[in-house]
Amino acid sequence: MRHKTPSTVAIGFAAALLAAGPALAQQKVKIGFITTLSGPQGVVGEYMKNSVELALDHLGRKMAGLEVEVIYGDDQVKPDVGKQVADEMLKKHQVDFVAGIIWSNVMLAVAPTVTDAGKFMIGTNAGPHELAGKMCNELFFTTSWQNDDTPEAMGKVMQDQGITDVYVMAPNYAAGKDMVNGFKRSYKGRIVDEVYTRLGQTDYQAELSQLRSKNPKAVFVFYPGGMGISFLRQYSEAGLRGQFPLYSVYTVDEISIPAVKHAALGQYETRYWSPDLKNPANQKYVSDYRKKYGKMPVFYGAQSYDGILLIDSAVRAVKGNLADRKGMIAAMRKADFASTRGKFSYNTNHFPIQNFYLLKAVTGPAGQDPVMEIQKTVFTNHKDSYAKECAMR
Amino acid sequence: MNFVLVLEQTLNGLQLGVMLFLMAAGLTLVFGIMNLVNLAHGSLYMVGAYLATYFYQATGSYPLGVLLGLAGTMVVGIAVEVIALRTLYEREHLDQVLATFGLILFFNELMAILWGRAAIYTTLPDYLTGHVELFAGLRYPLYRLVIIAVGLAVAGLLWFVVARTRLGMLIRAGASNRAMVAALGVNVRLLYTLVFGFGAALAGLAGLMSGPIHVVQPGMGELILIEVFVVIVIGGIGSIRGALAGALIVGMADTLGRAFVRPMLATVLSTTAADTAGPALASILIYLLMAIVLALKPQGLFPARS
Amino acid sequence: MNSRRRAIVLAAGLVLLAAVPPVAALANQPFYLDLVRRVMIFAIAALSLNLILGYGGMVSFGHAAYLGVGAYAVGVLAHYGINNGYLQWALAIGASALVALAIGAVSIRTSGVYFIMITLAFTQMLYYLGISIAEYGGDDGMRLAVKSQFPGLIDLNDANAFYYLVLAILVLALFLGQRLVDSRFGMVLRAARSNEVRTRSIGFSPYPYRLAAFVIAGAVCGLAGALLVNHTAYLTPEFMNWTRSGELMFMVILGGMASIAGPVLGAFALLLVEDALSGWTQHWQLILGPLLVLSVLFLRRGLAGLLFGKNE
Repeated sequence: MRHKTPSTVAIGFAAALLAAGPALAQQKVKIGFITTLSGPQGVVGEYMKNSVELALDHLGRKMAGLEVEVIYGDDQVKPDVGKQVADEMLKKHQVDFVAGIIWSNVMLAVAPTVTDAGKFMIGTNAGPHELAGKMCNELFFTTSWQNDDTPEAMGKVMQDQGITDVYVMAPNYAAGKDMVNGFKRSYKGRIVDEVYTRLGQTDYQAELSQLRSKNPKAVFVFYPGGMGISFLRQYSEAGLRGQFPLYSVYTVDEISIPAVKHAALGQYETRYWSPDLKNPANQKYVSDYRKKYGKMPVFYGAQSYDGILLIDSAVRAVKGNLADRKGMIAAMRKADFASTRGKFSYNTNHFPIQNFYLLKAVTGPAGQDPVMEIQKTVFTNHKDSYAKECAMR
Repeated sequence: MNFVLVLEQTLNGLQLGVMLFLMAAGLTLVFGIMNLVNLAHGSLYMVGAYLATYFYQATGSYPLGVLLGLAGTMVVGIAVEVIALRTLYEREHLDQVLATFGLILFFNELMAILWGRAAIYTTLPDYLTGHVELFAGLRYPLYRLVIIAVGLAVAGLLWFVVARTRLGMLIRAGASNRAMVAALGVNVRLLYTLVFGFGAALAGLAGLMSGPIHVVQPGMGELILIEVFVVIVIGGIGSIRGALAGALIVGMADTLGRAFVRPMLATVLSTTAADTAGPALASILIYLLMAIVLALKPQGLFPARS
Repeated sequence: MNSRRRAIVLAAGLVLLAAVPPVAALANQPFYLDLVRRVMIFAIAALSLNLILGYGGMVSFGHAAYLGVGAYAVGVLAHYGINNGYLQWALAIGASALVALAIGAVSIRTSGVYFIMITLAFTQMLYYLGISIAEYGGDDGMRLAVKSQFPGLIDLNDANAFYYLVLAILVLALFLGQRLVDSRFGMVLRAARSNEVRTRSIGFSPYPYRLAAFVIAGAVCGLAGALLVNHTAYLTPEFMNWTRSGELMFMVILGGMASIAGPVLGAFALLLVEDALSGWTQHWQLILGPLLVLSVLFLRRGLAGLLFGKNE
């Protein structure tokens, strides 16, 4: 009768609301960002997270009119924790994209999990050769580089300069060996000695004494993180700076410079990006990062910033229809966004084809830390060495 | 392999050994007297480095920075002892290991909150930088010579205190028979707190000395904590003499191993085999050494208790 | 009385665990199935550690090594194309037992903190060895592309089936563990822990019993390693890191060393708290650290003591 009508209306209303529920929930782009946030390596994750937040600010927290939600996960530098975090993001939070990841071994555990679930994996640092070659996947894109590219560039620099008698040092683990192999791919001169030190070693006095006794013409090293800071200090203090020019990859960057200051002066590095790269997107990124966080951004951050912009370009291209995977893949392949590195394109394995530059640590503006400055371009539109092993075309 | 290089590596080994001794002395003292396994010793090392750096930069004076850093670490150590560790003296080693492991997590995070996760900048005053020409061809960093001198001085001071003073007598008595010492009216609680504070200061000294040449960041203590444990196990727990012997042995073995194992292997194996085996062997050398020592002398080389 | 209360709590716990897959499916939260499965695998590892730690009194800081050995046994065989689960898991158990025999033979001659240190040293050696061997990925680790195959019996790719297999192994381990501890063997082991001198005077030499327990514990942990690598589809030398051993020890002590099921509680408590905390703040170690300290200081009998009440 009459008193039943309100309840039917109520039920109808509720039913309509329920039906609309999933549609309402669809109005969001969910991104899971995995990095290292705790422990000593958390400093890298901090730069990446800050850059993601900055990118979101620049986008107004919206992509193609849809609200964006980023869920951050901490991999604690452990592959199985990274995988668990990825599982949580995929199954519990039901993200549309997974991005980030600093470490190659975590990436190798996580990427297949994400792509097997039919979601995009946007790498913003780790570039293991397996993912560039045999394990390439249409849902995997990276905004960084392939691990071998950077040492290949340094090898070319030293080869072109006609430097012989190089002393090579790196930590004894997979990345260390990869760096040296990449270096040797383009450097064909004489290598005086190849020394692998213990992972995590803090005191290099013994190795530096050996180095001095061998009397090389130049030194090439790969010492990331705290190892690099220790090594640089001790190299400088042993008076070797003046004696043997030091070339490195992933050893001196905007994170380690504040800790070593003038001990980094004169250091050569190769990189695909530098804060002084002159293009509008990068200048905006660097100045806004400095304004918001009071520090100079580092390449890990620039890559993460680009990762968010890459996702944005794909979402805009399909006008927010996240179910159109093919459309998003096609859009991403075009690399049609304002990257901090300038214009670049993607190779068939979804790794960037980009320039590499020679950087040098020079005196900064008065009273401030040294800064990295581009000296010249080493590679133009460089393709990584594993693309031919990828089955995609 | 020339003579000067061998000599230089020997000095390097000596310096590393002395640094390890500074850490090991505090740890073995605490273990020997209070029977406490303290994993958080590495955290005190870290606190020393941070405090000294902070005070040096705040006051502009290196000696003042060192003094305040040492005092600060001692205060932190005593605070930790009073708040968290007192109840652990009676407990099993396992409980002590786990509780102090929890302290490591806490201190690392605390440093990260106070000073950030990135490594901080440390520096030395000008009069401590530079080189000394020892003799023909051998230029050695002045600071490292200072470390060796300080370490040996501390060893001498410790020997003097333990062997020749009343406090040292109490320490030795406490190590052999705790109950008797308490029964004789000595304030054992105060003694323990003092010894722990002293051990903390030693760890802090090691930290502030190594800070300028290594890296000061959260988690820096764990990097050498295991090596320090290896040192006191080889040397014999509770014995300062053992700590010195163990530290010098480990320091030498590690340094000379890193320098000469691979070239030596290369004389018997092929170069590629030596290249893979060399670094691997050098990494595990000190553990191998410890296993051998324990197989022959299960209580270490100079155990304090018979 | 006490044992009945224990039996009830245990049965309730097992029913809860068995209910997870259907409940997770109903609530459309498949993630929790994975989470609980991972916790159960670590529970098996912690259980094996409890045998030598809680009952044997041997504080082994190197137990995570067997997780690694078991995982690598499966991974290496798969690397060479051998995907037969029976072979892989047999090798995982066998190799772990052998390694435990070798390490135990040397280590058990020492005691106290020397034992702690030497077990730690061995696990570090294995860890650095794992990092150095480039053929098996070094520290990059290896991917397990194909899970262990048990044709006709079970397909590990079926998440539910895999879950129940792990649950079954956990129950089996609990049951066998209890039997072992209650047997004559177990009594000698426990006697040697509480009073070694008296045990010797009755005519029992603790050494062979301890070594046997050490080997059994290593073998069971190796099986856990085989399960873990199938779960994560990936392995790295990180499985053998000393901090992992520390985590296992925490599970044992948090859960309570005086009972077989204690470590299971400890595994759940530690891993679930870690997962929850790290989702909440990046400074989770600041909270977890003191939590662990407090639990050591005040939860003398662990969580099992709270749940089951006082027992032997």
